Amino acid sequence: MTTTSVPAGSGGGNDTGTAAPPGVTVNGAVLPLQGVTPHTTTLDWLRGRGLTGAKEGCAEGECGACAVLVACPATRPDGPPTEWVAVNACLVPAAALDGQEVLTAEGLGRPGALHPVQHEMAVRGGSQCGYCTPGFVCSMAAEFYRPGRTATTADDGRHDAAPDPEHGPNGFDLHALSGNLCRCTGYRPIRDAAYALGDPDETDPLAARRADPPPAPRHTVLEADGARFVRPRSLGEATALLAEHPDAVVVAGATDVGVEVNLRGARPPLVVAVDRLEELRTLGQTDDEIRIGAGLTLTEVERALDGRVPLLQELFPQFASRLIRNGATLGGNLGTASPIGDAAPVLLALDASLVLAGPEGARSVPLADYFTGYRTTVRARDELITEVVVPLPLAGTTAFTKIAKRRFDDISSVAVAVALDVVDGTVARARIGLGGVAATPLRARRTEEALTGAPWDGAPVAHAAEVLGSEGTPMSDHRASDRYRRAMLEQSLLRLHARSAGAA
Amino acid sequence: MSALSQRPPDPVVGRAVPHESAELHVTGHALYTDDLVPRTKDVLHAWPVQSPHAHARVTGLRTAPALAVPGVVRVLTGDDVPGVNDAGVKNDEPLFPDEVCFVGHAVCWVLGETAEAARRGAAAVEVDYEPLPAIVSLREAIAAESFQGAQPTVARGDLGSGLEGAVHTFSGETELAGQEHFYLETHASLASVEDDGRIFVQSSTQHPSETQEIVAHVLGLRSSEVTVQCLRMGGGFGGKEMQPHGYAAIAALGARLTGRPVRLRLTRTQDLTMTGKRHGFHASWRVGFDADGRLQALEATLTSDGGWSLDLSEPVLARALCHVDNAYWIPHVRLTGRIARTNKTSQTAFRGFGGPQGMLVIEDVLGRCAPLLGLEPHELRRRNFYEDGQSTPYGQRITQAGRLVTAWEQVACSGELERRRAEVAEFNATHEHARRAIGVTPVKFGISFNLTAFNQAGALVHVYKDGSVLVNHGGTEMGQGLHTKMLQVAATTLGVPLGSVRLAPTRTDKVPNTSATAASSGADLNGAAVKDACEQIRERLAQVAAQRLGVPAPDVRFSDGVVSGLGTDETVPWDDLVRSAYFARVHLFAAGYYRTEGLHWDSREMRGSPFKYFAHGVAATEVEVDGFTGAYRTLRVDIVHDVGDSLSPLVDLGQIEGAYVQGAGWLTLEDLRWDESDGDGRGRLLTQSASTYKLPSFSELPPVFHVNLLEQAHEEGAVYGSKAVGEPPLMLALSLREALRQACAAFGPAGTSVDLASPATPETVFWALQEARSAHGVSAGHVDPAADRRPPGPDPAAPERRPESEAVLAELAED
Repeated sequence: MTTTSVPAGSGGGNDTGTAAPPGVTVNGAVLPLQGVTPHTTTLDWLRGRGLTGAKEGCAEGECGACAVLVACPATRPDGPPTEWVAVNACLVPAAALDGQEVLTAEGLGRPGALHPVQHEMAVRGGSQCGYCTPGFVCSMAAEFYRPGRTATTADDGRHDAAPDPEHGPNGFDLHALSGNLCRCTGYRPIRDAAYALGDPDETDPLAARRADPPPAPRHTVLEADGARFVRPRSLGEATALLAEHPDAVVVAGATDVGVEVNLRGARPPLVVAVDRLEELRTLGQTDDEIRIGAGLTLTEVERALDGRVPLLQELFPQFASRLIRNGATLGGNLGTASPIGDAAPVLLALDASLVLAGPEGARSVPLADYFTGYRTTVRARDELITEVVVPLPLAGTTAFTKIAKRRFDDISSVAVAVALDVVDGTVARARIGLGGVAATPLRARRTEEALTGAPWDGAPVAHAAEVLGSEGTPMSDHRASDRYRRAMLEQSLLRLHARSAGAA
Repeated sequence: MSALSQRPPDPVVGRAVPHESAELHVTGHALYTDDLVPRTKDVLHAWPVQSPHAHARVTGLRTAPALAVPGVVRVLTGDDVPGVNDAGVKNDEPLFPDEVCFVGHAVCWVLGETAEAARRGAAAVEVDYEPLPAIVSLREAIAAESFQGAQPTVARGDLGSGLEGAVHTFSGETELAGQEHFYLETHASLASVEDDGRIFVQSSTQHPSETQEIVAHVLGLRSSEVTVQCLRMGGGFGGKEMQPHGYAAIAALGARLTGRPVRLRLTRTQDLTMTGKRHGFHASWRVGFDADGRLQALEATLTSDGGWSLDLSEPVLARALCHVDNAYWIPHVRLTGRIARTNKTSQTAFRGFGGPQGMLVIEDVLGRCAPLLGLEPHELRRRNFYEDGQSTPYGQRITQAGRLVTAWEQVACSGELERRRAEVAEFNATHEHARRAIGVTPVKFGISFNLTAFNQAGALVHVYKDGSVLVNHGGTEMGQGLHTKMLQVAATTLGVPLGSVRLAPTRTDKVPNTSATAASSGADLNGAAVKDACEQIRERLAQVAAQRLGVPAPDVRFSDGVVSGLGTDETVPWDDLVRSAYFARVHLFAAGYYRTEGLHWDSREMRGSPFKYFAHGVAATEVEVDGFTGAYRTLRVDIVHDVGDSLSPLVDLGQIEGAYVQGAGWLTLEDLRWDESDGDGRGRLLTQSASTYKLPSFSELPPVFHVNLLEQAHEEGAVYGSKAVGEPPLMLALSLREALRQACAAFGPAGTSVDLASPATPETVFWALQEARSAHGVSAGHVDPAADRRPPGPDPAAPERRPESEAVLAELAED
């Protein structure tokens, strides 16, 4: 194994003479990344070091038994510079955490000196077999420390009014636990534990840690077992690597590649980490558009937009789980070009375009022209998606319908995003994005035509819904039958109409 | 009150205490089998070579290419087995098969220095297969008459006259799917060899004694040469009752042959594709009611999908047949059971053990027939409840019928069902695109192993010189809180604080010949054994205390670490008493034993009193169904459940809530799909990962979830008056299924009978409500009013069910 590791932000200039050996600060102590290959997961590495609190339940980011906390850049401009973010250790390559700070359940507290989250879980019966518990504790701790989590206050000043069934009176967002599965408790005591949490103590070192900046990304090059992991210093370096190495794979949160490695035995010879490239991490708005960095995590985008794009706001809580959204990026979701990725239908309805940057420069591609076939796109091998651009103004009538067996953290059998401008009772403009009904995400062009210029009313809507039911080429599989998928296309428009008419 | 059930004043049992390992759980310090690997030197990792065929003969096996992979140490094949090549006890589960019987069946195992090396080695092994015809679905098996094992019948009364005398008769079919256990911890074993060749296996097993037996027979050793330890499990749910043995045997065989520790941990996909699940069932039935809707006669044939081998299919089927009656008196009954042989994983125990499947059949019958009888479903159910003095179809007398009535009324009252039913009607009248409904169902579940011999347990309790107490018992901890309850039992019996008692991991060299921790009986059996051991020690200490306090021994009292005597103010601290007892050469440890009295079961006749008692419960579930998608949400759940006098209320509450949600998963969400096509993937499990097989998550937690323990529920003759709790509440989730059925029906005209698939996924709910919407007459479902369609009877050529224990007892009787 050969490795180098220097601060990436320095461009490799300042500290090259004192390159630290690759390592991760775990529970306050630096552990060298010894014996690690580019494909060793953080989970396997931690467990191999004897930190066996984090467990493998599924190895694909679905159960959260492996959740750990990472010190990450702030998601809110008005908050402290560092946030504790929970991620699935089974997906993140250990090499990707070089130079970073990680906390596991063992680092939060110990028997006899429990962390407040651990205390509430223990005394309320939040653990039965205990196997999922360390992961729950980490997800819950991330929400405990989330800046902006504030108790709702009732009129009489008591902190006892919960705004909705998915938030506690202490501001705890239950979606923070949407990526953690428990097979024993039925979740009620875990909810009670979450809702009983107060605010971090003034002396809480982990709360205090947030006041300092997070560790800078390092320029990591790790080679072992015939494969290489590289965290490049810049976008240019990244695209140059991609140009040189046709078999390179790009990872940000590794929420997709990690599954390929763990479940399907993929062992790509070169892994290029792009999640901390500053060029991919900006978010800005002008009068004409919103530009979203493709390397921001979905959580970061969600917090930064703060409801500004209602269709995206509807998407976020239905996009996988918080644990996945903490790692997954729009660039990754569009880069894998899965026909069942949930971002694409929404961005199609928003008429978004992508900025693709390669060694030769950048270009803009409308998302509607981006997909070319099953998991293929117009993106060249050496290009990276750097930005997603959403034009303004936004349509006035929008809805995102996701059909799945489970409400939290499931994969769509059908996803339909609709954006309509209804002017004086007539549809002036329609954009409909579909997922799960063809080899690619697609626009429902015939339905858009049927709607455009038609009254937003009973018979024309019913007709358009029928057209929508005939878009795409849905298949039958273990998620749904083709018949149901067609029916759901049709029903999605009927439901939007009923809702907009206040009847549902 | 019996001595077993009576509590002393101020007992430790009955207190709501957290799980004994809670602090270890929440800090990540609790160790599970696979967590031992980084603490063990030179561990080898095992990886299976899995069959891609549902059914094929293995005609060639070349392991040399695997041995060429760097890091591969050895490939284990059938030639390596020194003892019996069987992973079970019925000689129908070869550990290394010549004929693979399902997709994923392990042909051989590769041992590597790392899991990665073993995985690569497994990919390099070359296997030649000669594909054979495969039966995948239950319907295919029924059509092909592919059955295995006994075909028992439970019968009472005169079915013919019962049906003839009925005013209303209906017939129909019911199909219900299986369920994956999805314990968060997959199967895991770590085996090593002791200095003298003995084998030590740490295993995630609910049945350490059977793991020990099977490891011994595979290795050709005696049981005394094999020790099995289970620290704790990350969930079991029945999936680790029979299934861990083969994996433990592979690890042990590898350790024996290499001299190094061998770790075998299944990945999630391996676990899903290799290990057994809850049995799916098919039932065809004919039922008769009188003019008032009272059940007169029921004839049904239940066919379970056993998979490729018998495993526990026979006892699961027996329990299913013994629970078709659920809470209802049916004068004339004939219930026949069959086990299909299919080319799938060998289906096995799963919380409820056939009970849920049996109960689902009668609840399905009642739910479908109620609208046709013109009765509200809850009214139809209530009208058919058992009364004391009646007996079950297999002949056990009903003695606690009043408990079910009390629970039913309490749910109606605390759940404000009358008011809420009116609100539901109002909601349904004013919402075009959504419907709500409240389903209410009872549970009556028999407690004890049907197989009488399993109803025994042992314990070993040590009191050390310093007064501290260590409890060993035969039960295993899988999250159900058994160890917590055992600590409470020991502390209560010895009269010491809970903190003075510790529990040791379950080991076969401490307590031998144990039964599986299963059938909800862990606390009943092991609790009574622990109590017995503690009482022996307490009696000896009472003699010592009597001298010190100057009172007769029967007047000595033990409470909270203080030993006192009637009629004296003098007391002795527990620790002092123990110390002086040691110096007085008093025996300070004891083996406890318990066997459940009063059980009788004839499995050939399917008659007797197999259960010590019944556990009862009632649940009311309110749902809202979206007419556009079939998606639904549970709005509120109210439960009253009978746990006797609770040993540990926090534990019991957790069991009830967890079981309900797990049952809800089985009935609505968890959707096992197998490739039934004729393509290359035939027989493959299509839902073989967490991304395709969905368990309940936080989104399935009912926002309002009220669970109450039935009060004044003392159980005479059970340890400290308690009742078993593990399995029964799972079936409370049938109320959710019935609520969904009623909500679908509410999209149609009054009197609509709805067929609902199981699981009732949003898609199947959508089709059910669409059918209800289009119903013009009374029935959207397929209940056949004609009574001429008879369920098939048993095959007279099927083998007799004759468990080993009954055979041995019969021999003893003949001698």
